[in-house]
Amino acid sequence: MNRFSYARPGSVADAVRELAGNPAAKVIAGGTNLVDLMKYNVERPTHLVDVARLPGLGGIEEGEEGGLRIGALVSNTAAAYDERVGERYPLLASAILAGASPQLRNAATTGGNLLQRTRCYYFYDDATPCNKRVPGSGCPAKEGQNRIHAILGTSESCIATHPSDMCVALAALEAVVRVAGPEGERSIPFAEFHRLPGDRPEKDTTLGADEIVLSVDLPEPRFRTNYTYLKLRDRLSYAFALVSVAVALEMDGDTIAEARIALGGVAHKPWRVPEAEALLRGRTPDRSNFEAAAARILQGAKGFGHNDFKIELARRAVIRALKQAADGTPQSQTDKRIQ
Amino acid sequence: MADLDLPTRQGFAPDDSFRGGAAALPGEIPVTLTINGRKQELHVRPWTTLLDLLREDLSLYGTKKGCDHGQCGACTVLIDGQRMNSCLALAVTKDGCEITTIEGLEGADGTLHAMQEAFIEHDAFQCGYCTPGQICSAVALVNEGHAKTAEEIREAMSGNLCRCGAYTNIVDAIQDVMAQGAKADGVKAHGAAKMEAAK
Repeated sequence: MNRFSYARPGSVADAVRELAGNPAAKVIAGGTNLVDLMKYNVERPTHLVDVARLPGLGGIEEGEEGGLRIGALVSNTAAAYDERVGERYPLLASAILAGASPQLRNAATTGGNLLQRTRCYYFYDDATPCNKRVPGSGCPAKEGQNRIHAILGTSESCIATHPSDMCVALAALEAVVRVAGPEGERSIPFAEFHRLPGDRPEKDTTLGADEIVLSVDLPEPRFRTNYTYLKLRDRLSYAFALVSVAVALEMDGDTIAEARIALGGVAHKPWRVPEAEALLRGRTPDRSNFEAAAARILQGAKGFGHNDFKIELARRAVIRALKQAADGTPQSQTDKRIQ
Repeated sequence: MADLDLPTRQGFAPDDSFRGGAAALPGEIPVTLTINGRKQELHVRPWTTLLDLLREDLSLYGTKKGCDHGQCGACTVLIDGQRMNSCLALAVTKDGCEITTIEGLEGADGTLHAMQEAFIEHDAFQCGYCTPGQICSAVALVNEGHAKTAEEIREAMSGNLCRCGAYTNIVDAIQDVMAQGAKADGVKAHGAAKMEAAK
């Protein structure tokens, strides 16, 4: 690990000041991803700004229209087991508990989960080129070991995936990320928070280098009954998703009134296709409609060899997840048998 | 831990890289940590992990370094009562926290923690390298109260790898402690008494 200086500012404004004008500074909260990356020399900050004790960001508060505001410093554990989260956004609680281990969820924060970086082997290995780690150096994943890599939204520069489970649920729930910077606060719709790699794969998000996350704001709860988070991975627990699907449905009798489908493990950001969701609106929850939605989501999917299987896996996972949600039988995160 | 008779590292003074209580070297930051009930004023370099502080500077070798990347759970300790990977925690960020390691679980009179007893009783280890992390994790699991069934325990212990494969007996040990709810409550009181005695 490289050497660095350390500051523990007492306010959000002071934290932003620590970051402004110092591009080599990094924010640390739980540290579960950053410290790991520093040990691999992937991240080499010269200054760490510890925000873990900033006042006002550690709680879950009532939001607008029955929504919730989850402070950036709320641990993944605290969010997942919060009674209000469980009652209003069971999809979110389920997705959080599908990720990492209890130890990591105790340390990891809501804001940090959003900002965690890809687990691409080449990104982590500083002996290899990687456009995300060293812009312009190349992407060995495209012709290399790419079993865990993206099949949607890739670019010539990067085929990495975003590793979060929590963010897949937040995308489906259309959360809003509230951030603070030198110019004050702004709100970023979840779909605009994470980026596709394009020709700037070093930028995972639209968060400014001198901005910090304040909260994740959840809108009016609408998906308490018909939801699921289906995660498929190489081991039954404590592994990143090969493919995951968050589904939230609003049913009107036997008809789907609203559908949200977000995929994890397949792209540089949680993957949503509004056109596929529109295909389900006003339709009955039957297999042919689910197949049509899945086909639309996977339209244009491209494998790179080892990850070709993800295209069919994702198609089937979407169909299965839609059925689980429509039936009101969400995937258990303990009993991993898929019904 | 003055009561532990541990060898010092060959060729190094025990506090070669660390001087608790003394004036700080450049780059060192004063922190206060309560470790196993004992409040300590320390100076740490910001890049020192809690795991390295415990093992290299405080000679608390019970907490193990396995992968050093948060993947194996061997370094699990309790930070303010919550289980966490000490390898991914910079010590400076834990200023003011209470840390409990495997060395701090036993009673003030040296009585083993119920979970330690249960691991012995159920033969829940072979080589023992993952065991301190397993036990710290298991103690937290019981206190959390979320996992009840064997299946839930397995899921909630997934952050602790055991390459000897003692998993079956580890689950048995945890279930045994859970079944002795009264005993587990006594354990918490045990820890509190120890904290009290250390003040």
